[in-house]
Amino acid sequence: MHMADALLAPAVAATMYAASAVTVGASVKTLKKDETTAKLPTMAVTSALVFAGQMINYTIPGTGSSGHLCGGVMLSALLGPQAGFLSMVVILAIQCLFFADGGLLALGANCWNMAFYGCFVGYYLLWRPIMTSRLFGGLGTKAATRIKIVLSSVLGCVITLQLGAFSVVLETTASGITELPFGAFVGIMQPIHLAIGLVEGLITSAVLVFVYEARPELLRDVNTAGAARYSLKTTLVILAVVVAVVGGGLSLAASGNPDGLEWSMFGNGESGYSENMGLDEEDYGISSGAAELAGSIQEKTAFLPDYAFAGSDSSLGTTVSGLLGSAIVAGAAVLVCMAGGFFRRKKADAKA
Amino acid sequence: MDKLTKARSELREMDALAAGNSPVHLLYPLSKLAVTVAYIVFVVSYSKYDFSGLMIMVLYPVLMFQASGIPVSLCFYRLRLVLPLVCAVGLVNPILDHTPLIQLGSLVITGGWVSMVTLMMKGTFSLMASFLLIATTPIDSLCAALRKLYAPGILVTLLLLTYRYIGVMLEQVSVMTEAYRLRAPGQKGLHISAWGSFLGQLLLRSMDRAEELYSSMVLRGFRSEFHYAQAPPCRASAVVFAAGCIGLFFLARMVNIPALLGSLIVR
Repeated sequence: MHMADALLAPAVAATMYAASAVTVGASVKTLKKDETTAKLPTMAVTSALVFAGQMINYTIPGTGSSGHLCGGVMLSALLGPQAGFLSMVVILAIQCLFFADGGLLALGANCWNMAFYGCFVGYYLLWRPIMTSRLFGGLGTKAATRIKIVLSSVLGCVITLQLGAFSVVLETTASGITELPFGAFVGIMQPIHLAIGLVEGLITSAVLVFVYEARPELLRDVNTAGAARYSLKTTLVILAVVVAVVGGGLSLAASGNPDGLEWSMFGNGESGYSENMGLDEEDYGISSGAAELAGSIQEKTAFLPDYAFAGSDSSLGTTVSGLLGSAIVAGAAVLVCMAGGFFRRKKADAKA
Repeated sequence: MDKLTKARSELREMDALAAGNSPVHLLYPLSKLAVTVAYIVFVVSYSKYDFSGLMIMVLYPVLMFQASGIPVSLCFYRLRLVLPLVCAVGLVNPILDHTPLIQLGSLVITGGWVSMVTLMMKGTFSLMASFLLIATTPIDSLCAALRKLYAPGILVTLLLLTYRYIGVMLEQVSVMTEAYRLRAPGQKGLHISAWGSFLGQLLLRSMDRAEELYSSMVLRGFRSEFHYAQAPPCRASAVVFAAGCIGLFFLARMVNIPALLGSLIVR
């Protein structure tokens, strides 16, 4: 799910960077209160471990396929959501910089899609409410806790991966990169990530159950039943509402048709719908000196009109002279490479 | 497992490359970071049909690769991770977008093909730029540059520590998987019965090791942050380099230079 730079427009990438930066800032501020210095080595070692753990092939018996660990839910169950988020950001940064897994510009988006949902949504809305609830109380504390760990890990991983995959679709669609219709894209991404999420949930729960058996004090919110601030039912309702609002609201924005106000003013005659008020999009409403001044100021200050650089629809890009010029530039690049190789060989000969 | 050995050797490779002393290696890290980020932003901002306008941007990575002596083949090998997703997204374009864009005699090239090629070019160029940054800048110089940009100290220290420990952890996991493989020769990968104990054991040992690590760091004077004493000084050439590059990118973005070049020949 690591996005490349090419899949995002600069404006979308900048928005996601801002969102991730705000979350990083909030996490750092929360952690500072708890004297992080002592926790830093633990965070670093656990991140390095999750990084190494991502390279292991977890075979699923009977299917011939294998799963892979992402680690957001696991990290937040061990370190807490803020420390887990920072650890995930570092893992993603190292993967991006040193292993070219994800682009530098897309790092903000990748942190949001993979780290934010896993660490915050997974922890506050799933791990903590489930672990502190009184579910399965009849089975005895140990058995009940084991089942709760499995349930919260699997649900956590499935839901956060679904949210992450959906965000990838939204960000790519908002950037106008692909011709693939929104519905088709969603239809491809979500089922695949459902399967990935299930397997990751099972891996996470296996590791966390092991840790619970060996050293329960390392896990958060274990053995603190009854300390929940709100019930599991409330949590699930909140989660469902948020998903519906975000998903529904943003998918409406992804539609190419005019929004409610525009539709009532201009109609949608070209697509065969009614004309409504039938106003002319280019020239409607009252014109006044103030409106014109505001319009001209906006034109000058709109650095990224329509999410692209101004004048980017130039047709020069695809004319014959454009192609010829591209061929010249490509040839120049090849010449530079050859010249570089020539000079390096000369240097090597001179040294020898 | 092969992935682990490959990851370790890739990290070592990057460390070795970053220790060079070409003019690019000796540039101030912050200016290299600024130029890389600006380059990626400009490349990504080209519209999907602007193939020839985008082409001029190939000159930056090509010149930098030659100046720094970093092998290009290594960079393209790294592309194997990112390109599949870019291709998957772009491959649909020729199928869905049939707007005829270029007419070369009797051959008509649709917008779908152009946008697919542009997408792949953008992916490749931005990857080459970030690869160049990391291959010519050691991690501690990069962290020093990030601190100068007021990135939070905790995050930067965590980055440095994690980077240091990834090598150690990869080695440990490699040894453990080798031991597992020798005891389960027919088994491909990790069987479900071992998922929990395999990583869980390592996790517990790592948490204990982290406690010892913290004690030894404190005993050696660590308080909350490392001090990057060897950051190279900021020379005027670095500022000129950064300003010049960003200015050129801006010019290339605003004016379609290849089209101008071509129009000199085709009247």
